[in-house]
Amino acid sequence: MSTYAVEGEVEGAPSTPEEMEAFMEPVAALEDEMEASGTFVFGGALHGPDAATVLRVSDGDPVMTDGPFVEAKEHIAGFYIINADDLDAALAWGRKVVEAIDHPIEVRPFRATGRVQA
Amino acid sequence: MTPTVAAGAEATAVERVFREAYGPAVATLIRIFGDITLAEDAVQEAFVVASDRWRRDGIPPNPAGWIVTSARNRAIDDLRRSARGRELHEQLGAVATASHGPGADEWGEDAPVKDDRLRLIFTCCHPSLRPEHRVALTLRLLGGLSVDEVARSFLVSEPAMAKRLVRAKYKIKAAKIPYRVPDEADLPSRLGSVLSVLYLIYNTGLDAPERASLRSEAVRLARALVELMPDEPEAAGLLALMLLSESRVPARSAEGALVLLRDQDRTTWDRSMIEEGQAIVRACIRRGQPGPYQLQAAIQAVHCDADSFEATDWAQIVELYDQLLSVMPTPVVALNRAIAIAEVEGPRAALTTLDEIASDLDSYHLLHAARGTMLRRLGQRNAAREAFERAAHLAATETDRRFLAQQIEELAEDGALMEHRPGRSTGSSNEASAR
Repeated sequence: MSTYAVEGEVEGAPSTPEEMEAFMEPVAALEDEMEASGTFVFGGALHGPDAATVLRVSDGDPVMTDGPFVEAKEHIAGFYIINADDLDAALAWGRKVVEAIDHPIEVRPFRATGRVQA
Repeated sequence: MTPTVAAGAEATAVERVFREAYGPAVATLIRIFGDITLAEDAVQEAFVVASDRWRRDGIPPNPAGWIVTSARNRAIDDLRRSARGRELHEQLGAVATASHGPGADEWGEDAPVKDDRLRLIFTCCHPSLRPEHRVALTLRLLGGLSVDEVARSFLVSEPAMAKRLVRAKYKIKAAKIPYRVPDEADLPSRLGSVLSVLYLIYNTGLDAPERASLRSEAVRLARALVELMPDEPEAAGLLALMLLSESRVPARSAEGALVLLRDQDRTTWDRSMIEEGQAIVRACIRRGQPGPYQLQAAIQAVHCDADSFEATDWAQIVELYDQLLSVMPTPVVALNRAIAIAEVEGPRAALTTLDEIASDLDSYHLLHAARGTMLRRLGQRNAAREAFERAAHLAATETDRRFLAQQIEELAEDGALMEHRPGRSTGSSNEASAR
């Protein structure tokens, strides 16, 4: 069993509470499906890139600048860490994510390090 | 025969056996060990051993089986020797012994498993890999070409190709691209990727004479695919398309210049390939599940049926292009259809059709070449010249440029002739569909 990160790249996120509710309905249903099948490991949404801070250490001192790293039209708006047997299985879940959020996603293998157990 | 020649012939035979055995052996080793690089190294080592032995003792009755057994034993020895390997070996031990019992002797009862090659084709052509990586992996792992040979086929340096292969293999491993035939639901699109990789290999071989071996490699792989997936009519269609195209290769060029279908010496076409290709096309028609490759093969089959360009059943060709356009609505198909229309309805109708697609194909030299041909047939020499010049400017290969320069030259000759015989209609280029 491998772990994959399924990242959504969302542009023009829902702005009103009604839009948000309509957006979240299929997403919540999909997360329930992932949970029930033992696929879901962790996941969630990121706040917008305007909320990001880039942090570096320069000569031993922390240096902060307003984020994000790269100004781009598309940005990572959220991610899921899922269990899947192989890339095809991960892509099958990825397809469901695309249908639920109506945006393209990137599927990438996740490698557990340190305390996180894959 | 002198001993030197005999040894040379034996060496060539061994090399041919290696190339034939490479793909099946690597595929089976990948299933056993789950690692492409390990499988490649083991097969390579087995080849080195075989190379000495077979030259001395002769080629065994089941060379691929010999290679698989020897490579498997070597890989297991290598794994035992390394610490990381011991761990892996313990996990694999069960699998390896289960499928290869003690009865397997050195002369090979470990026949390569056919399905392994099929699994490997789908891994190499996985749509998550870049198209150029799919092609390189397929030629290296299934075709058994050396890295240098693959590199030369695509006009890149050997280190660049080696890097490309390493990256592709890294992705297969890291992303766990599966080693299996896809589910029914995914099969049509995944098979489409396999077929397009094989067709790309074929066409790359058609573009330049120095890469001719890619064509036979593509035909060999397509044949293997048909044998592995006899129920997929599009795989059969691709094989027929390649065979029918291949049958005309001897007539396609003379002294390095392209010879149009109209002018080809049809007696040099390879009849046995035509017969095989046409038999496949007929079997496809009986199955009644047409697809893009089968329809393209059917069009080629009609061309191959005609004793001369004039005797070609153009009405049937236009009809097949209509069908092809409905399943594959691309501008290039529309271009070829327009060229066929010229033979049924005349150059004016063809030109009208070409102008409809001109904006989509403005940077494609064959669109301008086809326009030039129609304009020439309509006697519009200046417009024809402009079109041929634009085509020559866009053409990518030397052969194409030379052909277009010749068309421009002939235009000038038309001009000289027209002073005596106004209204003479000249030859048509059926360039795009003639390839």
